[in-house]
Parts: sequence; structure tokens; C-alpha cells
Amino acid sequence: MVAVLTRIFGVRNLALAEDVVQDAFCRALEVWAFRGVPENPSAWLMAAAKNRALDVLRRERTARTYEPELSRFLGSEWTLAPEIEEMFTDKAIKDDQLRVMFSCCHPRLPEEAQVMLILHILCGFGVEEVASAFVTTYTAVEKRIPRAKKILAGSKKLFDTRAPADFTARLPAVLRALYLLFNEGYHGASAEFAVRAELCQEAIRLARLLLEHPLGATPATYALTALMYLGAARLPGRVDAAGDLNSLADQDRSKWDRNLISEGLNYLDLAASGPNITEYHIEAAISSVHAIATRLEDTDWDEIVSLYDTLMTIHPSPIVALNRAIAIAQRDGPERGLEEIDSIADADRLQSYPFYAAALGELELRRGQYDSASAHFLTAIGLARNEMERRFLKQRLSACERAG
Amino acid sequence: MRDFTFLYRGLDTSASPEQMQQTMQKWRTWFKELGEKGHLKDIGHPLETAGKVVKGTQKAVTDGPFAEAKDVVGGFTLIQARDLEQAVEISKGCPILELGGSVEVRPIQVLNM
Repeated sequence: MVAVLTRIFGVRNLALAEDVVQDAFCRALEVWAFRGVPENPSAWLMAAAKNRALDVLRRERTARTYEPELSRFLGSEWTLAPEIEEMFTDKAIKDDQLRVMFSCCHPRLPEEAQVMLILHILCGFGVEEVASAFVTTYTAVEKRIPRAKKILAGSKKLFDTRAPADFTARLPAVLRALYLLFNEGYHGASAEFAVRAELCQEAIRLARLLLEHPLGATPATYALTALMYLGAARLPGRVDAAGDLNSLADQDRSKWDRNLISEGLNYLDLAASGPNITEYHIEAAISSVHAIATRLEDTDWDEIVSLYDTLMTIHPSPIVALNRAIAIAQRDGPERGLEEIDSIADADRLQSYPFYAAALGELELRRGQYDSASAHFLTAIGLARNEMERRFLKQRLSACERAG
Repeated sequence: MRDFTFLYRGLDTSASPEQMQQTMQKWRTWFKELGEKGHLKDIGHPLETAGKVVKGTQKAVTDGPFAEAKDVVGGFTLIQARDLEQAVEISKGCPILELGGSVEVRPIQVLNM
């Protein structure tokens, strides 16, 4: 709703667009309290927002929009109502969401702020929810969002998704923001939950919106969508009934969502075209190798190691190197894995990452060095970011003690 | 390029909301076309059928205009065209004609004083 209204009132009037939505919700609360919730509440809200937009435009009589053509049609009673009607159709709403998505990925905004804005404007997350998605305080988000909006408003107009060159130039930033959004849900550092499925769902919804646009449906977008589907398919296995995090080795693979896996593999097929291979392609491919192995022992570790090798050449990072080392340990035994971990460049950047210490602990445990393993798990517990991680690491620690 | 006024007569305001919506979509499409071709100076507005008429030095006010519905001006638009002939050609696309109404095409007079 905010996306459509932003187009009507112009990006400088984001606040006005938000007020109109707020107003529609208030009206809903009043009316529904008396007459009960209507059969189709979202259609009701849309209609309320539409009427409110008409009121505002009539009162001011000057459409404040950025597009001269649009303001002319919103300025006349001949066309005002039909124009607004048109803007609230499904297709127009999707276009507007894309516009806002691209506008949020403004090059002057840091990546994190881009994702915050997307969550806030497009996914309807309140300040509190954005704060909890990013493990930061209410006050911090309350300061950052208006600052980001100001930058957005400074750009004077919404991103024009019909300009092919601009679209293609900004697409990588949009993909990156959606990737971060998904990851925030998948291995988020939230205080209460290690997994936030609703963030993953929103990321998937927006990625699919991108795929519906002719310029958005690139191999990279297909790869990112594949990666999300394959990841989401394994979500039910990552957390067990007691709310505990499960490592890949301990997951009940029958809980993995077969439909999502097959859709993910489908998207991965569609991604396999064009000359460019992105980190999303490789990550999705790694995910697919895991997804099609019915048991951990059936995993094609050769394939996984070689995919990590490729990933290290196109998108190297200490975390990728760590994951590669873990795959090597699976293939060639814990000693080889530890050697690989030893040789990671920039390993100091991993010092505060609990799963770095946990990986060392796991490999030491596997080769029978229980004391050393326990010490690593203790370090990891000290670094854990939420209760779920902590419980998981404590279980590993007691596994060392039992073995030792 | 010269400026012309289109005066519309016979706009049916008693239609059902659904019919009205359909009709107005036609008007919107027509105006969009005119805009793209650069003929639209000002879309103008539709007008209600009744108001007041103020007349003469006495400034007498009466209800009005009380003409037959088909004779009341129901709205106006400012158009740009090469000449009267082209303005008339343009007016032939107006949706009001499909509903039995009329378009009066009047060049804007340039007063040289």
C-alpha cells in the first residue's frame, strides 16, 4: 500500500503515504469494531486507502507527484478516480513494489540500511520488528530509518524500473539486499530465535516479484531464488520440536520440504544460462548437493569441496574458507580439515564468530582430542549470540565430556 | 499550434456506478492518447448539471441553467491543434459521442488590443 501511495504522492512525501495507510488502518479498527471484520479485510483496507488518497488529492488539488504526466491526470476530475483505480490493480501494485525496492537500494545508503528500509516500507515491519530482526535497539532503528528516508526523499523521484540501463545497474544491489534479508532470517543473530522464518518468506516473496519483471529475471536472480528455496526447504529440520538448533549431521532429513527442494532445483536449472556465474549460483549448487543427499553419508563431498573452491575464487571470505575446510574434513578426515582451518587467511576476522571455535571443537572431538575440543566449545559458548546457539553448543560440550 | 476548447454536452450522470466506471475508463484512455500526441493543454473537469446563473448589471442570481440535459455543458478541455480541421478530427475520438452526446469545438479567440 505504501508503495502505491508513494508513487501517487511522490517519494518526497513518503510520510504522507504512510499517514494515509495509518488512517486506513484506524478507520478499519473503528468500523470493524461495530460491524465485524469484513469478508476480505485486505480489499477493504485497499479501498479505504484509495478513498483517503482521493480525499487528500482533492483537498490539495495539486497532485504532488514527481511525474508530470501523472500529476496532470491526478489533477483532473475527468481522470482522477479511474487513474487511482488503475494504480490499485494487482499489476500496478507489483510494479510499485519493485520501484520502491529499487529505490531503497540507493547507492548512498549502506547495505544494512537498505535492508531495513525494505523491511519497513515493503514488508510492513514496525520499528520494533526491524530492531529485533537486526539485533539492535529500538532507538538505533528509530534514528536510522528516518535518516535513510531522508536520503531516499532527496533523490526526488522513485526509481524508474522501465529504464533498462538503470535497472540492470542497480539489480546487483537489490539482489544483495534480498540475500542479506534471507540470511538474516536463516542464521540471524536474533536474541530469541536463531531462525526467523518470516524474514525468509519475505525475501522469497520479493525475489519472486523480481522474477516477474522481464529485466529482473536474470540468471543471478534465478540462482538467488533457488538458494532461498533450497535453504527454506531445510528450515523445518534446522530447529527441532524442542526449539533446539540441529547441525546438518543431526537433522531429520524427512522433515525437509520436498516441494520446496524440487522448486529450488527448478530455479537452479533456470539459473544455468548466460556467461556469468555468481556467488548465488555456487551457494545454491552447494545447497542442492545437500538437499538431494538422503543421508549425510550420501553427500557428494567431492562436489561440495570443488564448489567451495570456485566460490573462493569468485567471492573469497574467511567464512567461505571455513566452510570449505569443514567440507574437506568430511571428505578427508578431521586432520586435513584442521590443516585447512590453520591456513585460512584473515582467520582473525573469525575470532568472534562462534561457529569458528565450534568447528575447531567438532574436528578435535572427531579425532579424539576431547580436552582441546571442550576448550573450543567453551570459547564458542562465550561467543554465542542467542539462547538457541548456546543450548546447541552446550550439547556439543557435553558430548565431549561423555566421550572423554 | 492553436488552442481550442472542447465543450461536452450530454454526459449521462444517471448511469450506474459500474457503467460510470467503464465510461470514465474510456475517457481516461482517450485523454492518455491525446496527452501522448501532445494535444492536451489542460484536461479540464466535468461539471455538475445545475448551479446558479448570475446576470446583468443587477447581478441577478437565479437557479440554472435549466436546459435540457443534452444541452447542458457537462465539462470542458483545452486542446492544442494545428487548425480547426485537426481539432475537429481529434474530437471525433471522444467517448461522449458513443453515448449520444456532442462535442462543441471552439477556437480560443486571440484578442489583439
